[in-house]
Amino acid sequence: MLTREQPVAALEASATSSTLLDIHKIAKSFGKNVVLRGISLQVAEGEFLTILGESGSGKTTLLRIIAGFESATSGELWMGGERLDRLPPYKRRVNTVFQHYALFPHLTVEQNVGYGLRVAKHSASEIDAQVEQALARVKMTAYAKAKPSKISGGQQQRVALARALVKRPQLLLLDEPLSALDANLRRQMQLELKSLQREVGISFVFVTHDQDEAMVMSDRIALLRAGELEQVATPREIYSRPATSYAAQFIGHTNLLRADVRDGVAHCGSLFWTSQLPDGSALLSLRPENIEVAAPSGVPGKVRFRGKLRHKAFHGASELLQIECADGLLFSVRTEARSDWQGELEFEFDPADAFPVRNSEAA
Amino acid sequence: MEFLVSATNGSIRGSRWLLLHSVFVFAFLYLPIAVLIVYSFNGAGVGGFPPRNLTLDWYRTLFSDGAIWESVGNSLIVAAVAVVIALGLGIPAALALDRAQFPGKTLFRRLVLLPLILPGIITGLSLLMLFNEASIKLSLLTIVLGHGTALISVATTEVFAGLQKLDRAQEEASLDLGANYWQTFLRVTLPNLRLSIIGAALLIFTLSMDEIAVSFFLIGRDNTLPLEIWGRLRRGITPEINAISTIIFVFSLVAIVLWYRLRRSAEGSPEVAAELIETAVQGAES
Amino acid sequence: MFSRAYRAVVTVPPLLWVTVFLLIPYALMFCYSFWMVSTSQTIVHSWSLANYRQLLTVDVYWQTLLRSMWIAARVMLFSLLLGYPLAYFLSFYAGAKKDLFYQLVIIPLWVSYLVRAYAWKTILGSDGVLNTLLQYVHLTKHPLEFLLYSPFAVVLTLTHIYTPFTFLPIYASLEHIPRNLVEASSDLGASPAQTFWRVIFPLSIPGVLAGATFAFVLSLGDFLAPLLLGGPSGIMISNIVVSLFGAAYNWPLGAAISLCMLVLVVSLLFVSERLEKKWSFS
Repeated sequence: MLTREQPVAALEASATSSTLLDIHKIAKSFGKNVVLRGISLQVAEGEFLTILGESGSGKTTLLRIIAGFESATSGELWMGGERLDRLPPYKRRVNTVFQHYALFPHLTVEQNVGYGLRVAKHSASEIDAQVEQALARVKMTAYAKAKPSKISGGQQQRVALARALVKRPQLLLLDEPLSALDANLRRQMQLELKSLQREVGISFVFVTHDQDEAMVMSDRIALLRAGELEQVATPREIYSRPATSYAAQFIGHTNLLRADVRDGVAHCGSLFWTSQLPDGSALLSLRPENIEVAAPSGVPGKVRFRGKLRHKAFHGASELLQIECADGLLFSVRTEARSDWQGELEFEFDPADAFPVRNSEAA
Repeated sequence: MEFLVSATNGSIRGSRWLLLHSVFVFAFLYLPIAVLIVYSFNGAGVGGFPPRNLTLDWYRTLFSDGAIWESVGNSLIVAAVAVVIALGLGIPAALALDRAQFPGKTLFRRLVLLPLILPGIITGLSLLMLFNEASIKLSLLTIVLGHGTALISVATTEVFAGLQKLDRAQEEASLDLGANYWQTFLRVTLPNLRLSIIGAALLIFTLSMDEIAVSFFLIGRDNTLPLEIWGRLRRGITPEINAISTIIFVFSLVAIVLWYRLRRSAEGSPEVAAELIETAVQGAES
Repeated sequence: MFSRAYRAVVTVPPLLWVTVFLLIPYALMFCYSFWMVSTSQTIVHSWSLANYRQLLTVDVYWQTLLRSMWIAARVMLFSLLLGYPLAYFLSFYAGAKKDLFYQLVIIPLWVSYLVRAYAWKTILGSDGVLNTLLQYVHLTKHPLEFLLYSPFAVVLTLTHIYTPFTFLPIYASLEHIPRNLVEASSDLGASPAQTFWRVIFPLSIPGVLAGATFAFVLSLGDFLAPLLLGGPSGIMISNIVVSLFGAAYNWPLGAAISLCMLVLVVSLLFVSERLEKKWSFS
């Protein structure tokens, strides 16, 4: 790999120093259907880790194995020096916020929040005090006596959070908790969740299929694909230095260039530039925003190409152009939004921005 | 606007015929019940048109009839115990069908459901042979065992349907919050199955109160109400039967109204009986 | 998510109960059907096919079985003829009054089977409600005797009993038909009759099968209506079984007949289930 720089994020370092949960070679099959193929991953204390993947990638199964609703076919879970995977769900110091919240419909909001304390046989006065505090934290005190069916989705979300947090878990699991909310509310809840996590200081493992959500909230992202980890890194790192073509495409938008390197020169279609990559074929990820409209006078070291404008998609501040070159190469280019893009245009990019990635398809 | 809403011009005439047909079917269904009620007040006894001499005599005769009331008491006891047996085994059976895998599961499911559709005579006789081989004397106990066994099917069907509608995440959330399996069952599973269980209990109670084909073969010295009525019918037509039937009918009506109130206050379709028949014929898929 | 102990706790008790009170009794019925009654009126545990031979050779047994099937078939047919249009009317035309009508169909089910059979007896008897009414309005001079103690009375009563049971699954299957299918059909130019026969009826077949099977099987095994209203010509197979277990005291032969009924019923269920699978598309 070409990542010569050391990981920047301090959290990356802390992940190895104070591990809370150690997921060790967890594999899971349902009959002949292999869902997880030996996942190893550490969750640090106080970390917000997102497991990101498409549906069917195995992310929810992994979460359910941590919570104890499924048992792994092989592998181990360790938490605080203890084998977690041998404990039933009700003995794990792990709590879950469910996808559709799973609030008990026959109990009121405060009974829902107090449930975990009640079954643990805490005293009534203690339950009351803690429930009140938990409801205050999620600003739901006014709805304490309401039944879950009478409050909105966002409010249910908050109650589900309070219900899990009141148990003071060491680790909170969140299974796509925002997927049922509409876009505006979701953005607001993303920020709330993030600041709540900072406030309570416990580790969150957050499952989502939404890469924007993962980018906004996470300390680290674990990208899961077909039961295998594609890359585990900070959002910045995974965006700027994706390990694989899949990671590059799934996180943000990218151009994948198939280049052929011969004697220190990379060839891609009719384009070429000097490269320090070893000889052979290479796959390069070039983000659309790293391509610019060519300056009138050529900039040394940049690669220029001409192409016809095929499509343009307006995104408000920016615009995404589809450019087709004479040799058939297609480029996505992100530029400032202007109404007069048309015809033949000339662009340039710095070959240093074309980041080599592993080919996921071959894997 | 709501009525005949889907009728286009061509089918309005068709719907009139349907309406007429429906009126006829309702008349057919209610005729015997109407006769029953009317003649329970008929001084000239059963039959004979028009009814004459309105009287409460048959009710008076009924209330002083010790044997009938004794059989009513027996039936109430039998029905209550049958409810306990059928629910006590039907709830675990439904849980097992919903969430356990074991060899012979399909056979088990079919066996449990079979008495729903099997003519009562077969259930009754097969149990009679069992009690005979085991030298168990026939009594109310054997009837209770028969009813309980036959009606496990009702409890299982109802509770299984309830479990299918139950969001599994509810129970997971409970376990996740530290409740063990038993606490989860009591605090989450049971409350969510409340309607199914009450519905099943009502149905089992009613079916047991009315059951005769199985009881017919398992009866000892003490009669249940249907068997008491049966004995009297064999001897000839007696108007106090009309009176007791009318009373039972009124009680049943009250029970139905209560049940629908309950059912409507929660949401859900009132298709309990339809579900039962379909399961009886098709076997519940798990 | 459920531990092994949990699964054992919910599985073992019902499994045991079903074994003792359903499986073993059916097995016993099977055994009995091969045993004999000795001349001293005790049951001899010696194995032979004699009971089955008797079933096939003595006319009254197989003839009664055939008659019972014929009665059951008529009950099934009439229940369908009464129940289907009613279900169709309620589901498609009754609008807001649907629930009320539905409950009106259910209510008779809560009246004792025995009592309703008996009510028909008081209606059909020679000095019953119907005959005295006919004479009262001078339509007839003498009571019509064929009304009671005939297969007619049995079919009528059983049809009365099983019509609501036939109605229920049909109604449920009609209710499950998405209404936009009907709209799509008429949008594509089908007349109401064409829509019914090409869309609605085929989709309601599982309900029809369930209702028909229920009515047929339960009327086939009935013995109370024939005893009460059937007279000598309305005797059904279960009446023979009852007398074999009673006065005639030949349990083994009765067990053999019961077992035949059991096999018949189970195979009918099997066929019906197959057909329903074939006709259900969801």
